[in-house]
Amino acid sequence: MANPQLASQLKIRLDEDQLTNCMRCGFCLPACPTFRETGVEAESPRGRIALMKAVADGLMEPDEAFEEQMNHCLGCRACEPACPADVKYGRLLEQARDAIEDHTRRHRLWVKGVRRLVFKELFPKQSRMRLAGKALHAYRVFGLQRLARRTGALKLLPRQLADMERILPAGSGRGVVERIGERHPAKGEKIATVGLFRGCLMDTLFTETNVHTVELLTEAGFEVVIPKTQNCCGALHAHSGEAEGARDLARRNIRAFKEAGVDFIVSNAGGCGAILVEYDHLLHEDSDDREDAAWFAERVKDVSELIVRYGRVPSFGPPESESGEERAASGSERTGAADAPLRITYQDSCHLRNVMRSSEAPRTLMRRVEGVEFVEMFEADRCCGSAGIYNLTQPEMANRILEHKMEHANATQAHYLLTSNPGCLLQMKLGVERHAAGSGMRVLHIVDFLHERMKRDYQSTV
Amino acid sequence: MLPEPAKRELIAILGDDGFKDDPQSLVTHSYDGTPMQQALPDAVVYPRGTAEVSAVMKTLYNHRIPVVSRGSGTNLCGGTVPVQGGVVMVMHRMNRIVGIDLENLAAVVQPGVNTKAFAAHVESLGLFYPPDPSSMAVSTIGGNIAENSGGLRGLKYGTTKDYVIGLEAVLANGDIIRTGGKLMKDVAGYDLTKLLVGSEGTLAIITEATLKLIPPPKAKKTMLAMYADLYDAARTVSKIIENRIIPATLEILDNPTIRVVDDFAKLGLPRDAEAMLLIEQDGEPETVERDIARIEAICRAERATEVSVAKSPEEALKLLTARRSAFTALARLRPTTILEDATVPRSKIADMVLAIGRIARKHNVSICTFGHAGDGNLHPTATTDARDHDEVVRVEEAFAEIFEAAIELGGTITGEHGVGVVKAPFLEWKVGAAGIGAMKAIKAAFDPYNLLNPGKMFAKETRKRVVLQRG
Repeated sequence: MANPQLASQLKIRLDEDQLTNCMRCGFCLPACPTFRETGVEAESPRGRIALMKAVADGLMEPDEAFEEQMNHCLGCRACEPACPADVKYGRLLEQARDAIEDHTRRHRLWVKGVRRLVFKELFPKQSRMRLAGKALHAYRVFGLQRLARRTGALKLLPRQLADMERILPAGSGRGVVERIGERHPAKGEKIATVGLFRGCLMDTLFTETNVHTVELLTEAGFEVVIPKTQNCCGALHAHSGEAEGARDLARRNIRAFKEAGVDFIVSNAGGCGAILVEYDHLLHEDSDDREDAAWFAERVKDVSELIVRYGRVPSFGPPESESGEERAASGSERTGAADAPLRITYQDSCHLRNVMRSSEAPRTLMRRVEGVEFVEMFEADRCCGSAGIYNLTQPEMANRILEHKMEHANATQAHYLLTSNPGCLLQMKLGVERHAAGSGMRVLHIVDFLHERMKRDYQSTV
Repeated sequence: MLPEPAKRELIAILGDDGFKDDPQSLVTHSYDGTPMQQALPDAVVYPRGTAEVSAVMKTLYNHRIPVVSRGSGTNLCGGTVPVQGGVVMVMHRMNRIVGIDLENLAAVVQPGVNTKAFAAHVESLGLFYPPDPSSMAVSTIGGNIAENSGGLRGLKYGTTKDYVIGLEAVLANGDIIRTGGKLMKDVAGYDLTKLLVGSEGTLAIITEATLKLIPPPKAKKTMLAMYADLYDAARTVSKIIENRIIPATLEILDNPTIRVVDDFAKLGLPRDAEAMLLIEQDGEPETVERDIARIEAICRAERATEVSVAKSPEEALKLLTARRSAFTALARLRPTTILEDATVPRSKIADMVLAIGRIARKHNVSICTFGHAGDGNLHPTATTDARDHDEVVRVEEAFAEIFEAAIELGGTITGEHGVGVVKAPFLEWKVGAAGIGAMKAIKAAFDPYNLLNPGKMFAKETRKRVVLQRG
């Protein structure tokens, strides 16, 4: 069915230069997860750009199939490093989704309501995220989870959501600032002052990882500040066609870190980091904010990259004391001689690799850990299917991708599968639960793994 | 739109998921890797095997519907753009390596097999499939055969045609033929294998190929030489061959390309150098050492300003960076990149590179030249903007003159990209009116109703030849 408003909005919003820059060489095809799964040209970056251009040129109506195709893309952006012409595919995708979001006829009322709640009322407001965290915590601690599971209430949820419920960590109402405070001096001589971007999901579901990030950074010689006025990075907004919401969040974050007077802004979530480094693009039409946005964007670094490139890399060895949890887990760990080295592997975060262009730094750190063997997983650079909320909105494709991913993960025979992004972390946990249940493979954020093995050279002196 | 009965028959053959005619499928099969070429098909089909291809062809033949067979659509001559509509046949589902025969050193593959994946599989068995078109990470063997793709190893190892020893193909009327086999000698009748290789989908649809494999070289070494004078570089190329050395790779970059590459990759190249040669030799370790030492001496004798020989694989990779980033560096300059492949006898390389520079200046367009110096196959690459009509016309005029210059030097209009749509108006310049007549007679014998990739190879009108001005 024709949708003239959507057609005209796409014509206005899609960047004509980027559409023209695609020379259709096809070098992106083998890099694209959905093309590899289907072998269908429309499911490739070249195909999707051709569709956008056909709409912009008036050759095609943006019908429902067009909308679906735009949403079928994972947004992993593996096509961008593969592109000889440097086409900014991610931007085109966001522009297309932005127009679709405003003019689609497909969203039913409840979907619009849920999106509004999540994007406008929940994520932008850290206090509400906290509240959600508390609720999740209560759900876990006060037996509601058991009740929900026993009564079968979860069966009312779609399978994807029900599975997610099982792997979700215990939430927390107290974030990293509430736990350990705002400012943390460097151990030894200070190299630079860095501002920690705590992330709303990270700080609600993985507060511990944020605390560990601070301790890893101070050990590596950085003074860490955690500006309290920061908020959600806006990635979910930008990727889901809520550009204005993303811009608003960006302005607030820039102000928060500018006021804190930091040399770097450090992120431990590839998904957040990737939008943070693109704040300059996000606000490029905004003459008031352009300069500050550029200042911000060029200072954003992933935690591994920052430590390897600028920091004093701490020594990593066997953990001083095994936690109770770990001892319990070791019973089911992969079999092997007791003195055989611990095997670890790594799943790249697509946005860390393809947008922040950092893939070596985490591997360098993992190789530095004494008594640990790092095994490269086949196609670790491929998307795991998490892709923001993709695994909830496009479960079928996400599951196909995850199944292939877990075949490669299992082939490594690793005891630990490490990642650099909360979305990937949850997806890999889901993968282990579904496809590697008996293997004892544990999924951890790389920061948590390193933190546990970090030797504190400065502990006694400072 | 296809006639309803034809559509019904095709769906009956292919099933619902093997036939598509929704707008999305049509738009995404309206182009290939060629700039400024687009035409919508009426339907797209995805056959799963030879029997389906044959059945589809019978239907299309009865209804007189054109068909364009296609792999990944990376060709640069408009070879898979359905300029007369009809059906695009995508071979991606026929992507099996049927078998590798270690006794006969041969592989049997379906056309949709990815070139790079195939080469890697062969390598894992300790064997070697040399053709390496730049698009091999994306392209398919079927597409390579249809276009007779070349690559960097052409000089020493030949191109796709030298490795195809047998074919299974479906004719326009649906009949299935088999040619050649796992045979090094076979003179039974006309050599249809060689005829179909490079026929650009205009004579038959290839459904299976038997490929020759060879033992891999044991060692490889890489070196680089810079020149202040183009003729010194060109003489080096001729001297190397004269000395009975056939390098595995012998690539040249001209001055504009060196500058663009240096801007892009920040390699610290001498920006005033007129030419760069990238040379690789492979084979038995002792032979490689000896050849590289002799090539190094030849480079110096021919006044190379700088010669570097890689001491390790890491260093080799560094030396390769300049050549490897040439296309990427050029592609980022302007929105539209037109990569051509005029080819001359290798003794004429310097004349050709200089002619290209002269022609580019005359038409006020930017053309950088790099390519396979060892086999005279150059890639003059124009960077422009498809939206600037005047400039595009000037680029087209410049290329017409470049083709003319190549032919005058005893060369050809296309060395490895094929004729397709974009070179069709120039084909007669190379093969003559009688040559076109003979080729059209072959086409008519195979495809009397002109259903197989119509509008390709033969132009309605041959372009008027340009008169080149000397100077």
